[in-house]
Amino acid sequence: MAVLSEEQEMLRNMARDWATKESPVSEFRKVRAAGQPQAYNADAYAAMAEMGWVGIIIPEAHGGSDFGFSSAGLVVEELGKTLTASPLVATTIAASAILLGGSDAQKAKWLPRLASGETVATLAIDEGAHCDPSAIETSVSGGKLTGKKAFVHEAHGASLFVVAAKDGLYLVEKGDGVSLTTRKLTDQRSHADIQFAGAAAEKLEGGGDSLLGDVLDRARVLSAAEMLGMAQAVFDTTLDYLKQRVQFNQVLATFQALQHRMADLFADLTQMRSAVEAGLQAVDSGFGVARAATIAKAEANRVLHAISNQGIQLHGGIGMTDEFNVGFYLKRARVLEASWGSSSYLRDRFARLSGY
Amino acid sequence: MPTQVESDVQTSEDAFRTEVRQFLATNFPDELKGTGNMMAGLDGPTDENPVQKKWREAVGGRGWGTPTWPKEYGGGGLTKGQARIIEHEFAKVGAYNPIGGMGVMMFGPTLLEYGDERQKLEHIPPICRGEIRWCQGYSEPNAGSDLANLQTFAVDKGDHYLINGQKTWTSGGQWADKCFAIVRTDRSDKHKGISFMLIDMDAPGVEVRPITMISGTSPFCETFFTDVKVPKENLVGKEGQGWTIGKRLLQHERTNISGGGRLAGMMGQSLGDIAKKYCETGGDGALVNKVLRDKIADLEIRWNSFLLTARRAVEESKAQGGVSEISSVLKKVGTKLAQDRSELLIEIRGFQGLGWEGDEFGDDELEDVRGWLFGKAATIYGGSTEVQNNIIAKRVLGMLDHQ
Ligand SMILES: Cc1cc2nc3c(=O)[nH]c(=O)nc-3n(C[C@H](O)[C@H](O)[C@H](O)COP(=O)(O)OP(=O)(O)OC[C@H]3O[C@@H](n4cnc5c(N)ncnc54)[C@H](O)[C@@H]3O)c2cc1C
Repeated sequence: MAVLSEEQEMLRNMARDWATKESPVSEFRKVRAAGQPQAYNADAYAAMAEMGWVGIIIPEAHGGSDFGFSSAGLVVEELGKTLTASPLVATTIAASAILLGGSDAQKAKWLPRLASGETVATLAIDEGAHCDPSAIETSVSGGKLTGKKAFVHEAHGASLFVVAAKDGLYLVEKGDGVSLTTRKLTDQRSHADIQFAGAAAEKLEGGGDSLLGDVLDRARVLSAAEMLGMAQAVFDTTLDYLKQRVQFNQVLATFQALQHRMADLFADLTQMRSAVEAGLQAVDSGFGVARAATIAKAEANRVLHAISNQGIQLHGGIGMTDEFNVGFYLKRARVLEASWGSSSYLRDRFARLSGY
Repeated sequence: MPTQVESDVQTSEDAFRTEVRQFLATNFPDELKGTGNMMAGLDGPTDENPVQKKWREAVGGRGWGTPTWPKEYGGGGLTKGQARIIEHEFAKVGAYNPIGGMGVMMFGPTLLEYGDERQKLEHIPPICRGEIRWCQGYSEPNAGSDLANLQTFAVDKGDHYLINGQKTWTSGGQWADKCFAIVRTDRSDKHKGISFMLIDMDAPGVEVRPITMISGTSPFCETFFTDVKVPKENLVGKEGQGWTIGKRLLQHERTNISGGGRLAGMMGQSLGDIAKKYCETGGDGALVNKVLRDKIADLEIRWNSFLLTARRAVEESKAQGGVSEISSVLKKVGTKLAQDRSELLIEIRGFQGLGWEGDEFGDDELEDVRGWLFGKAATIYGGSTEVQNNIIAKRVLGMLDHQ
């Protein structure tokens, strides 16, 4: 665990407290049961904004606290532990795009609204089922954006989209020329394909050529933070279970095969934590972001994949039931693994960044 | 030059092949081509339509769904060679075997070995005709991997037993007509106190509660027994012999889970071909994403050696008789490969391979997602992977706890 400042520790404790008390997994079950396409509890999100969590990376001048990504990651991790459904990650990433590429006017217009929770925003980048920022066809002419985006996270709750076009990123508000097709994925959260048909678009002129890549790296590290919380929660639940489940007159935890399995997963989780924390810190420092973000998300993919599978396996039959929570983590895990780069994409990217 | 015996076998096999083809031409309706056997699935029965019923009766009537089982109990009375001919010829025209389920896979072979004459005559023919659905009453809340810890108790009441207790994870319990169960008849000995009994699922005092699985379906149940009367003639073998019989059944279960045929069916299309539909290829037809390509090749190589191992196991068990000792290896490897394949399929398809429902997903895509989730159970049931590892280490390799 990274060394935290006093503020960070307070923030983390507050998030942990809130997530355990106000947003345990049973709250996610309610969201699922409600079956709304938006797939989050608006009151809960309002409370999160009230506590300042959406504004963590936003400068004070624009209504945020300017604590940075490491701090945002602490909150996101805690929310990941209880599978809290909210557009916090999506909005934070969208805010980072505006921070990196927006004009003063765009920042002044949008950042306070994002920080206050009034506006939910999200990225609309990929046009197919895989992360592929090099294959963008969406185009803009005369301020009108046209194209099709696939599997956009939190699309239903969002009223502002950060959309990738051939020549850069644009802000598009939900309204004329924007239509959604719901895509229901295993995680039962909000996803949609979006058709932009001549929708009014405003370019993010700043940020240079690397803007899209920089934004994706921020998406990677923040998603990785959510995944870290999920991995930790499944690991902890599984460890507890092994310490109490009795078979062959002894607790399962006394079997060496399982001790070693858990030791391996613990080592993996330790590696994942280091990688994720370093990714978040790299964004804050601005040094080596691409490489650190790639490592963070690749490790998050690898380790959460393993832990979510073992979480089911080591619980035996109970792990297979809908009544038990581990399956929810598995189903969300694969969606996040596919987001902003699958493990094969990230390995390839790492090799390229390293020059081989 | 073939010997006289070999050429006789050849001629009789050719004749049999012709007979099977004729049977298919007369009885197998085109509209069932490529559809599946409803009894074999764990996801529960859809109502059988008249065409399916007719097909089941045609195959069941000849005992060809259970080709190697003895004729006197309704089986086909055929050799393994003839059974393979049936399998091949059916597959060639896209015909499924309509006789299946736990009765065929595990209970039948066990009863043939341990049942008395009256029991075999009563229970085997309806299995061969696909008329009776069996479920497996083994696991209990505190008896999973440690199955012998089961506590469901049968009290001797003279002409019948009175059963009380709870089973769990009973696959298909809500649809089954009968249950083969292991229950306790003696508390003084963990293994020797177990007996193997047959229970009517509609007997008074049997209650099932379906459990929803992570894949969204409810293919298994909690099963409660409250003062359920079981006639004495439903005891298989002797009192106290249940652990031996029950374990024998588990060997059949394991072999079936990993049987090359079943998993080969699951593997279906080559992953490489699927990947070419979802991912970019270069001019030479090779996948552009080299990492993914490498993963697919790795899986398919391992899959091939699994098929070879499965074939070798069949040949060896034919030579030696009985269930091969490789069955634990096959169970552990085959189920893991099937899981790895499902995972890779998701990576190949991206978000399109993670659909829960909706018209924008193909039926195959949605089925594969549910299959991916359901498939997580394959390394848990039928003796978990960890239990198979223990069997391999201790029984096959002789790595005992105290040496
Ligand atoms: C989909 C599904 C269908 C099923 N259908 C049936 C059915 O029809 N009838 C029936 O009777 N049962 C059925 N089962 C139950 C199945 O047989 C049990 O789930 C299985 O035996 C494991 O028991 P358990 O669930 O209690 O897990 P546990 O025994 O509690 O095991 C939990 C974990 O600990 C591991 N473990 C246990 N002991 C050891 C050890 N000594 N060393 C190392 N690791 C160990 C296990 O491998 C597992 O990973 C089904 C299960 C599933 C998931």
